[in-house]
Amino acid sequence: MPYIPLPEHLPGITGLLEYRLDTAMPIRELTQILLRGDAPAGESSLTQGERELIAALVSSRNCTNFCEAAHTKAADLLLGETETARAVKADIETAPVSEKMKALLQVAALTQQGGRDVTPAAVARARQAGATDREIHDTVLIAALFCLYNKYVDGMATVAPTDPAYYDILGDRIVNRGYNRPPGGHPAPPPAATNV
Amino acid sequence: MPHIQLNNDAPGIRSLAIYRPDTGKPLYELAQALLRAGSPDSTLTDAERELIAAYVSSLNCTNFCQNSHAAAARYLYGEQGDVVDQTLSDVGHAPLSTKLKALLLIAEHVTHDARTVSSGIVAAARAEGATDGDIHDTVLLSATFCMYNRYVDGLATLTPTDPAAYAAMGERMGTLGYVQPT
Repeated sequence: MPYIPLPEHLPGITGLLEYRLDTAMPIRELTQILLRGDAPAGESSLTQGERELIAALVSSRNCTNFCEAAHTKAADLLLGETETARAVKADIETAPVSEKMKALLQVAALTQQGGRDVTPAAVARARQAGATDREIHDTVLIAALFCLYNKYVDGMATVAPTDPAYYDILGDRIVNRGYNRPPGGHPAPPPAATNV
Repeated sequence: MPHIQLNNDAPGIRSLAIYRPDTGKPLYELAQALLRAGSPDSTLTDAERELIAAYVSSLNCTNFCQNSHAAAARYLYGEQGDVVDQTLSDVGHAPLSTKLKALLLIAEHVTHDARTVSSGIVAAARAEGATDGDIHDTVLLSATFCMYNRYVDGLATLTPTDPAAYAAMGERMGTLGYVQPT
């Protein structure tokens, strides 16, 4: 049960983002830029699937079930398979990703522990494997942003649906429509028709 | 030395917002919304919001955010400014309202592990007069500073050591608020 009244049809983060629109708007905008934005021409950046892997990993380390399930599903849809996200969450070093991605996922995992845990050596490993400043920046900020989300979702005791079908729909929405607020928000569905 | 080349010599979060104006814009807008406005029923003052920000940053050992938000809180508390340092050194004995102490306990739990925010500590804050908005804003402020702190420390941004630098920052934050640097 959430600690404040939130609409029942909006579990996890979705109800919180409707509770205070003035704070939700910049949080949504930041997420859209970081997880869906394109790098300027000539600059390399992570794929959308790789960025969702960072979100899923951090949410898994924070044990925030709602965010972990949603972003694992988004990563699965973007990567076209379910093995990589599962493997990354279990063990970064043996997951089927590039050395650059392993190094960046380790930077994300250190950021999740605490910003001061990100060592020059961890950053040097990523750079050695070809990571750009932009990719290192985005990895740290995505990891930090998901600490915000995870703590917000868990600290308010929001509900995490247990039915996997919920995350199929949510994953599809964040992959295909992104993180901006839909026009009109998320109105409650009409009450189910009852037999009189 | 920062972990990446920021191409400016501004301190802390300012250097990151100048390096990446596209992400800097929502980051500054979020700070302005959280620290200079509240949920409709929130009773927290701007000074109290800055104190929560400084407190969370001190728990995360992010000196830049701790010092700058402590300076903003001191500026906004005015003659009661000493309460800021008393809170950061020993929250138990600081001359704060019981409501604010109960909210700072929630902030501490969000910072360490948000899953430990229990219905008991939320009920205790409510018993001292905290509203839904106060509880919401405390949790979101704490979660947001866990992001800022990780961003600032995770990229090893410049942290001034001269207290005078922070006093000037605190006055700017207390008067102009959070304006994206360019």
